[in-house]
Amino acid sequence: MRVVPFLLSLLLTTGLVISLNVRWGGLKKTPLFGAFLSPQEGFWQNAEPVGESFNGKIALPGLEGRGTVYFDEYLIPHVFAASETDACYIQGYLHARFRLWQMEFQTFAAAGRLSEFLGPGADNAYVKYDRSMRRLGMVEAAKAALGAIEKDTMVLKDCDAYTAGVNAYIRQLGKGSLPLEYKLLDYRPEPWNNLKTALFIKYMAYELAGADNDFGMTNAKSVFSKEDLAKLYPLVPDSLDPIIPKGTKFMPPASVPRTPATADSLYFNNTATVTDEELQPERSNGSNNWAISGSKTLSGRPILCNDPHLSTNMPSIWYQMQIHTPAYNVCGVSFPGAPFVIIGFNDSCAWGITNSERDVRDYYSIKFKDESRQEYWFNGRWQPVSAQRVDTIKILGSAPLYDTVVSTVFGPVMFDPTFTGYSDIASTRSYAVSWKPADPSDELLTFHYLQSARNYTDYKHAIRTFKTPGQNFAFADKAGTIAIWQQGQFPAKWKDQGRFVMPGEDSSYLWQDTIPTDRNPYMMLDSGEGRGFVSSANQRPADTTYPYYLGGTFLTYRGLIINRKLSEMTSVSTADMIRMQTDNFNVFAQMAQPVLLQHLNASGLNDDERAFLNIYKLWKFRNDPDEEGPTIFYLWWNHLEHDIFDDEFSRSSLRLQRPEETTLLEALIRDTSWSFIDNVNTKDVKETLSQVVTEAFRQTIPELAQAGQEGRLPWAKFKDTWTRHLLRLPALSRTHLAIGGGTNCINAAKQFHGPSWRMIVELTDKTEAYGIYPGGQSGNPGSPYYDTFVDRWVEGKYLPVWIMGAEDKSDKRVKWVLNFAASSSNE
Amino acid sequence: MLIKFLVNTLLIALLSFVGGLFLPNWVIAPIAFMVILLIPLRPLPAFLSGFLALFLLWGGLALAASVPNKGILATKIASLLPLNGSPYALILVTAMIGALMGGGGALTASFLKK
Repeated sequence: MRVVPFLLSLLLTTGLVISLNVRWGGLKKTPLFGAFLSPQEGFWQNAEPVGESFNGKIALPGLEGRGTVYFDEYLIPHVFAASETDACYIQGYLHARFRLWQMEFQTFAAAGRLSEFLGPGADNAYVKYDRSMRRLGMVEAAKAALGAIEKDTMVLKDCDAYTAGVNAYIRQLGKGSLPLEYKLLDYRPEPWNNLKTALFIKYMAYELAGADNDFGMTNAKSVFSKEDLAKLYPLVPDSLDPIIPKGTKFMPPASVPRTPATADSLYFNNTATVTDEELQPERSNGSNNWAISGSKTLSGRPILCNDPHLSTNMPSIWYQMQIHTPAYNVCGVSFPGAPFVIIGFNDSCAWGITNSERDVRDYYSIKFKDESRQEYWFNGRWQPVSAQRVDTIKILGSAPLYDTVVSTVFGPVMFDPTFTGYSDIASTRSYAVSWKPADPSDELLTFHYLQSARNYTDYKHAIRTFKTPGQNFAFADKAGTIAIWQQGQFPAKWKDQGRFVMPGEDSSYLWQDTIPTDRNPYMMLDSGEGRGFVSSANQRPADTTYPYYLGGTFLTYRGLIINRKLSEMTSVSTADMIRMQTDNFNVFAQMAQPVLLQHLNASGLNDDERAFLNIYKLWKFRNDPDEEGPTIFYLWWNHLEHDIFDDEFSRSSLRLQRPEETTLLEALIRDTSWSFIDNVNTKDVKETLSQVVTEAFRQTIPELAQAGQEGRLPWAKFKDTWTRHLLRLPALSRTHLAIGGGTNCINAAKQFHGPSWRMIVELTDKTEAYGIYPGGQSGNPGSPYYDTFVDRWVEGKYLPVWIMGAEDKSDKRVKWVLNFAASSSNE
Repeated sequence: MLIKFLVNTLLIALLSFVGGLFLPNWVIAPIAFMVILLIPLRPLPAFLSGFLALFLLWGGLALAASVPNKGILATKIASLLPLNGSPYALILVTAMIGALMGGGGALTASFLKK
């Protein structure tokens, strides 16, 4: 034995083996290279052969009958099941088979468990995220929802079956067959359960009903006069074209909420400020939907269209499928993580949803007796907290964090001296949050009923129990009825309740009644009635004649252009709808142009500036991929907004709510000497609109020149849309997509956000439907089906939705058959 | 001598393949070590034998996974790692990592036996 070489060699080899099987890097950890690169257990196992067969036989314990899944060439499953429960079982299996990692990732995010496998993140970002989700009460909300589901034997049975389906897939996973992301991050999936389904539902509730402006508005109230507040944050825009047309008669309110006696002194005139920073969902989560009566269509039958705008993630939030049982036949998109089809159609009717944008998250300032935070001042005495829990936040590579959260009569304490959210500023104040999705509710019941809905009565019955997130449910059926309901359980608020942080000292500030469902804004048209269409695009649902206060942040322009187009159209075909849903016309730009051009002082412009101005003048307001006009307009408006507001807004170091672009444009149209135009930092000079507009234009020139040098002047290049992997890794994303549109266009494709599913359904005797989403049916980045639909989505092309019939089993569109049968073993 | 080298190499590759079906990736180092203990080789041939066995096994398996996949995944992983999106660079790195573990195990055994 040669001792020294032996020891040296042993040391080197062992060192190599160990270093290949630990994770390197600080916050951004590498995979375990040995395991990750090993062809027998690592990522190579996820390299799905092109043309691989998806035929097979699966035994599922407890399946009631036989089930068959027919995959078409896009890997879209057409599920034929013996019962609804079996359908949910198979759906669970398919979701797991193709999307397991994303379903679990999203429920981990919902439950505030990202740090557990991602580590603390840069600047503790994941820990802050986790604490925010937990303090908001996401887990409690999911448990409450689960409690409601468990009272409903029908939905519970379906959820149980769905869970069993997911677990049947998870159980047979070996180290090689784990989805790629588990290998990258070195962890394993947990068994699924109904709570995870409920967590996913609450994750969507957070995304769609988690936004509020309370802190930014509270700070603005401390800085601006009452008059200025009214100017900066008007409740109703001039250009509003509401979901329910102006002039509609509304029923009187069921009850009138009482404004607290102390509202002026303790609320409106309160100048206390907030430094804490909330976690907020993506602000542009919105959508379009509309339904057109047969009186306006070529076929004489209704057409329903829907495109929900969500983050364009990969894997996509949606999974397309058809589910056929003896009781119903439904096509559309489902959420991996939950049973049923969420947006789609059956043999009788179609439905689509958009977000209501109502404000259901309000804050209360809490005065604790001492630092133990066990008692708070309420109704004239020290009230003990209603609950206290200690959350354990596990952090990869660090000791766990124990977070003590107390609850008040208003809800959980979101911020206190131990947690200031994303703010680095220490604070002695505490705020409790009232959040509507924390109440027990059973939203899945709606989708259970919609699957087999036949007519307007069934639809109304299905959506009646839907509480959060408040949605605009558009509907059309083969009998010719079209309808839209803004459905949700909304608190009946007194005017401006919850716009600012409220005093948490007495019960008069609590939410009082909820608005009864039959008082929610709605519109129903039988064939040939009224204007012949219903629509929504996240605008304010009604004008001020609606008898309840409508808090929320609404978007105005998409609704305006949709209603304008639909009013003008006749003999509508599905081809017209495809053109309309992918339309890049920017109505905001059209409305803003007179303000910009009338007030631009072009006399002093040099040649470069004139050249850009000419491009802008010739632009026809279409945000098409190759247009340079949208880039110029975007930068110009951005500078104008900053030049007008930055002087007033930078006087405070607090974060103030910025006015909506609608507000600025309408103010400038109304009043060319609007008070905010003047730069308050130049004491002796009073700037004119012309000066500000001209200066803003000049400021864009260096940026435009730079963009021109980099080849980024064309709008699609400038905007740079991606379908981005949930871990934000460019290598697993589709980057630099040549798609037009954007904010305020019907084709609302922004950088990482946009039409996440486009659907058009014509309710002729044999339903004709088209759909496309930015992604692919497989969530595996190593599958040829990972991004199947992305290029079509970019080009504005659709795929016909194949409504497979029982007689089509040998149709050539069937590529693979996956058979399911009950297994003899009991679990 | 050549025959012994080839037998060793084949044996290491075969046992590594079987071991890899059930055991963690690093099992290839002890497997190469054991094979050389049983059928000793001098240090250089031992190292080459372990190296070659795993280079061919891991490289071959990676290639066999990547070709039917038309390099879809390898291109992505080679962009994620600093390999300029080259599937062949990634196959080479995979083969080299296996080869170094295998060669190291074999070399260690050879020094022990000598």
